[in-house]
Amino acid sequence: MTRPAPEDPRPEDPRPEDLGPEDLGIDDAALTVEGLSAPAAAPEGAPRTRLIACGALAREILALIRLNGWSHLDLKCLPAQLHLRPELIPDAVEAEVARARGRFDAIKVVYADCGTGGLLAKRCQELGVEMIPGPHCYSFFDGNETFAARGDAEMTCFYLTDFLVRQFDAFVWKPMGLDRHPQLRDMLFGNYTTLVHLAQVEDPALDRKAEEAAARLGLAHQRRFTGYGDLAAFLAAAR
Amino acid sequence: MADEDDDIVLAELDDDELVQQMHDDLYDGLKEEIEEGTNILLERGWAPYKVLTEALVAGMKVVGDDFRDGILFVPEVLLAANAMKTGMGILRPLLAETDAPKMGTMVIGTVKGDIHDIGKNLVSMMMEGAGFDVVDLGINNAVENYLEALEREEAAILGMSALLTTTMPYMKVVIDQLKEKGIRDQIIVLVGGAPLNEEFGRAIGADAYCRDAAVAVETAKQLIAARKHNQVAAG
Repeated sequence: MTRPAPEDPRPEDPRPEDLGPEDLGIDDAALTVEGLSAPAAAPEGAPRTRLIACGALAREILALIRLNGWSHLDLKCLPAQLHLRPELIPDAVEAEVARARGRFDAIKVVYADCGTGGLLAKRCQELGVEMIPGPHCYSFFDGNETFAARGDAEMTCFYLTDFLVRQFDAFVWKPMGLDRHPQLRDMLFGNYTTLVHLAQVEDPALDRKAEEAAARLGLAHQRRFTGYGDLAAFLAAAR
Repeated sequence: MADEDDDIVLAELDDDELVQQMHDDLYDGLKEEIEEGTNILLERGWAPYKVLTEALVAGMKVVGDDFRDGILFVPEVLLAANAMKTGMGILRPLLAETDAPKMGTMVIGTVKGDIHDIGKNLVSMMMEGAGFDVVDLGINNAVENYLEALEREEAAILGMSALLTTTMPYMKVVIDQLKEKGIRDQIIVLVGGAPLNEEFGRAIGADAYCRDAAVAVETAKQLIAARKHNQVAAG
């Protein structure tokens, strides 16, 4: 596979067969509660861009960095569990922006709106930092235009990314109380019909886990390979 | 402690103890105990409205306050709501026969493109407990549904709910239609849902954003009272 030179970072268009369940040395449970720091590989003094991202995206961002040789990208992931309290995301992002100011040539935010009701976009605008467009990661993995076009046809779909499949218990089952009160399942998920697994990589083991998650929720299962969607282009432009 | 709880016989408690126990049982989401407690109070001659307000609504207020303060979470609130629903099921037909105070009618529903109804259902139930007639349109409501129901029910309040960033802008579509029809000023519009905030509520022209069911009830009461006051002042 030909890789673009670091000085000309354009995204590779990963084919499904290129995307295996690589071991990036990532602990999903740690991503959920602690986040992650992955310094840029670029030598001291070279231009560097700090990515402030959701922990749920760490694996995908690191895979793209490795795939494309984007050594100028420096990743700081906040704990993915912030998603359970979206109102805390703008302040958490702002604190990271403050820490990164003056230390990097550019700062980019790799959070979509993520349930903040426009507050994160407003905060990023005030801070003068760009964030990835889209209502949530389901949308930008699918491609924002594609996802928007699905519209009401998928109103009854419940989405999981690869990360959320792996962390199904931590992000869905336990926060919804289904470990303690399984009788609430139909009250919580009764209006959904289908669990759609938006797959970033080819991983049969993960597919089976998604099928199991659907069965536990009493939903039909559908797998849709998305690859990295709009994330790749956003990171390619992150100089 | 569980053994001691198991030993409690509701029928042997005096009224105050029973009401306090019902508050605890609501908090713990114990449906059967709430059903039993409601029936005992009625058998003791309590008016249905008194059972509703002092045993159920007051108990749910504790649940609502602890939810607001981050002590309780959605699953526990749902269990409590289910327990209250059981009590409401007993009281509803009795309330209809009595002259329990009526606060007005609320039409409520989740907006078009959105199927999320947990918060909306909680608001419905708490509003009903507070003496409002509630017409619940369910999920995925187009503007026509709201308009038709508001007119049919001569409703004073419209409640709209959305969980998605992508569906919450539809609330403005509904409010704009109310304006276009010249009835916006006659309706109190309350909006809620996880991604909403006060700024959004103001931006779309709602009367208030309500962050949870308890706030929705308090806001509705205040705005209805203010409206009555203004009507008297104007008259």
